[in-house]
Amino acid sequence: MIFATLDPFPGRGLFLGVSMGTEPGGGGNPAPFRPSAWIRIATDGTVTLTIPKSEMGQGVYTALPMLIAEELECDWESIVVEPAPADPTYNHARWQMMNTGGSSSTWSEWDRLSRAGAVAREMLIEAAAGMWKVDPKTCRAENGKVISSDNRVLTFGELAERAAKVDIPRTVQTKAFSERKVLGKPRLCLDNPAKVTGAAKYGIDYNEPGMVTCVIARSPYFGGKLKRLDADKAKAVPGVKDILVVPSGIAVIAQGYAKAEKARKFLKIEWEGDTSLSTDILREEYRQLAQTPGAIARLEGNPEKIPVAKKITAEYEVPYLAHSPMEPLNAAVSQKEGSCDVWVGTQSQTREQLAVSRVLGLPQDKARIHTLFLGGGFGRRANPASDYVTMAAEVAKAVHRPTKVIWSREDDTKGGYYRPMWYDRLTAGLDADNNLISWQHTLVGQSIIAGTPMAAVLIQDGIDETSVEGAKELPYAVPNIRVDLHTTKNTVPVQWWRSVGHSHTGFVVESFFDEVAFAAGKDPLAFRQELLRDMPRHLGVVNLAAEKAGWGTPLPPDRGRGLAVVESFGSFVAQVAEVSVEKGNVHVHRVVCAIDCGQYVNPDTIAAQMEGGIVMGLSAALHGEITLKDGRVEQSNFNNYPLLRMSEMPEVEVHVVQTTKSPGGVGEPGVPPVAAAVCNAIFALTGKRIRRLPVRPEMLA
Amino acid sequence: MIPLNVNKKKYDVDVEPDTPLLWVIRDELHLTGTKYGCGIGQCGACTVHIDGEPVKSCIRPVSAVAGKQVTTIEGLSDGKTLHPVQEAWIAENVPQCGYCQPGQIMAAAGLLRTNKKPTDADIDKAMNGNLCRCGTYQRIKKAIHTASAMMEGNR
Repeated sequence: MIFATLDPFPGRGLFLGVSMGTEPGGGGNPAPFRPSAWIRIATDGTVTLTIPKSEMGQGVYTALPMLIAEELECDWESIVVEPAPADPTYNHARWQMMNTGGSSSTWSEWDRLSRAGAVAREMLIEAAAGMWKVDPKTCRAENGKVISSDNRVLTFGELAERAAKVDIPRTVQTKAFSERKVLGKPRLCLDNPAKVTGAAKYGIDYNEPGMVTCVIARSPYFGGKLKRLDADKAKAVPGVKDILVVPSGIAVIAQGYAKAEKARKFLKIEWEGDTSLSTDILREEYRQLAQTPGAIARLEGNPEKIPVAKKITAEYEVPYLAHSPMEPLNAAVSQKEGSCDVWVGTQSQTREQLAVSRVLGLPQDKARIHTLFLGGGFGRRANPASDYVTMAAEVAKAVHRPTKVIWSREDDTKGGYYRPMWYDRLTAGLDADNNLISWQHTLVGQSIIAGTPMAAVLIQDGIDETSVEGAKELPYAVPNIRVDLHTTKNTVPVQWWRSVGHSHTGFVVESFFDEVAFAAGKDPLAFRQELLRDMPRHLGVVNLAAEKAGWGTPLPPDRGRGLAVVESFGSFVAQVAEVSVEKGNVHVHRVVCAIDCGQYVNPDTIAAQMEGGIVMGLSAALHGEITLKDGRVEQSNFNNYPLLRMSEMPEVEVHVVQTTKSPGGVGEPGVPPVAAAVCNAIFALTGKRIRRLPVRPEMLA
Repeated sequence: MIPLNVNKKKYDVDVEPDTPLLWVIRDELHLTGTKYGCGIGQCGACTVHIDGEPVKSCIRPVSAVAGKQVTTIEGLSDGKTLHPVQEAWIAENVPQCGYCQPGQIMAAAGLLRTNKKPTDADIDKAMNGNLCRCGTYQRIKKAIHTASAMMEGNR
């Protein structure tokens, strides 16, 4: 690949003015060679890579350095990763803001970081060739050194000062697929040592002298209002510094979390809110809406009128889901004269910067965002309203002290911004020869995009693209298709949840397709193969997963097998689940997963993301449910919003397709197929079709 | 003042006796490797050792550990070489977000102290109180077997 580098340093000027480094002193590492905003090389050979994506477990602090290292030819051991500050230089390559999400980090940074690595390498070679007075073309870079044709060697550290004076090359050549040494090969994550010793710093770990800790009592009703507050008893709790009413609730400020949390329990509060909201009422409203067609997302042929020999109709439901990252939400804000520092685990630095600067009345660039490790994100730490960061700014402003706001697990579970609940109605038609000739799918649920700045782009003709994704793009060859949407409105805040619309449509579409296969008297694999005949990448993963899972080979009598395939975020994933059912309890024994994500960086990270996506999907399929009653969320913590545990972990095997196609995402695509694969396996075993998640024992009684 | 012995260091902490040990470790001793996840003993992110036994520090009042040996993730290794469980965690590329891993590692090290060669069922039982939202369970299980083998090799 050759990239034109007419402007090889977007933001180089900015770069010099940017305060770098999250850890004190991190930006102070003297590095004379700064060929771009992403790379600094010090005289001791340390290669500091400024990574514009947040590390939340998806391995981006390893994958993006691999992209650079492939071209830079540095010594892997010499790499130090540093989170990028909030600065337009580090905006997403496709979006006008810094953001980590949409399973986009690798594909969106691939060219930019490869090129940055190649530019730096060429400059180091040029510097060495200049010292040796030889043609740079006769030199090569390898493992942190430049080597001449007669085997003279200079290290990157030795070359750093001289390389800084070299002109930036106008064009650089990056490696052909066949020349790659780093990409495509498994590598241990660079942050493993920090994470196994407790040294890794997450947002919740940040502390500075004089910092106070705050918990906020918020209305149990979404959009509720404070009616009466008696804080006398809470104020008397030792260690409590202040109790303040702030826009988001009642802030209890103390020295340390334990004191703040203890005092909060002594607050006497009356809230006003909508007590009529309940899951039962919403379900009924949604169910009725599903009986009528909504706004059309896709229409082909004449699905309503075409005569069919057999008609299959079913209704599916999924609940609200909380993201529940292991690290509850938190943010620390420290005001200075005319500026402030924000220490936070976030997926969207630009949004947080805007939010904090607005609250504190600062110019945007005076809010310095320091990104720490994220104890899980799953979309929750990309809040469109910057909810938890705004709260920290509000309290810091009120108390004039460095403030860390920590959410309890209960705050997190009850705090809204859930994956929306959905109600779907589907109808399929078979002709006399059992060919699938029509497919109608009506979806009912809230839009996660409505009311956000993305609405202008992502909502077209009343269709939120994220609501219908996965349903609209039904991959099967069906001549008559209608997909339509009812967008509901209520006060429950909703948000993207790992794999977004696919977390719902993957289950519904792939379960219903399985129903249709059985109604047509066809094997679910054969039926998919037949109707995916024009979709080679879908077909490729379906065949690979089926083969590795031994589809069609006999199983013990108490086991069933189910298959599902979903394309999402530019990748294709098929999964075969093997289950048993004992007294209504589902045991998932094995999940075989095949993924085609195009050309890739770190296969071990892909495997890890598939494993993790499967676990998150299983938590949702078997346990996860946020419900409302009398206007309040009924769940509070892991005792009543359970996650999958070790004893429930199936054996997961991941097979990655070898291909040179364009890279796709891997953080999310592991989630969507698994609920359907499991429920299809339950059907194969028991004849009982699960149409509502999570699976309950009474459904299998 | 409550006398504490954490990672072989002595402290006197001025806190209410009912303060959860977790928050004394984090907010008073500033050892932040031990994590808060749920506060009700459901997730195990706060797991530490008390006299060698893995314990959930979020539901253990600090007064209950006076005079006992508390070990946190920061004190698991001798400071020079990593504990075999930590080594195995790196080798099996276990961590994703990593937030639960100090607790997982403390639980696993506690298991291996009393059960040198745990079966899969032993691991399920011992590790069931430690949640991982990223879903690293399969690797944790593998890493425990790896650590067990490493420790056997060292004996």
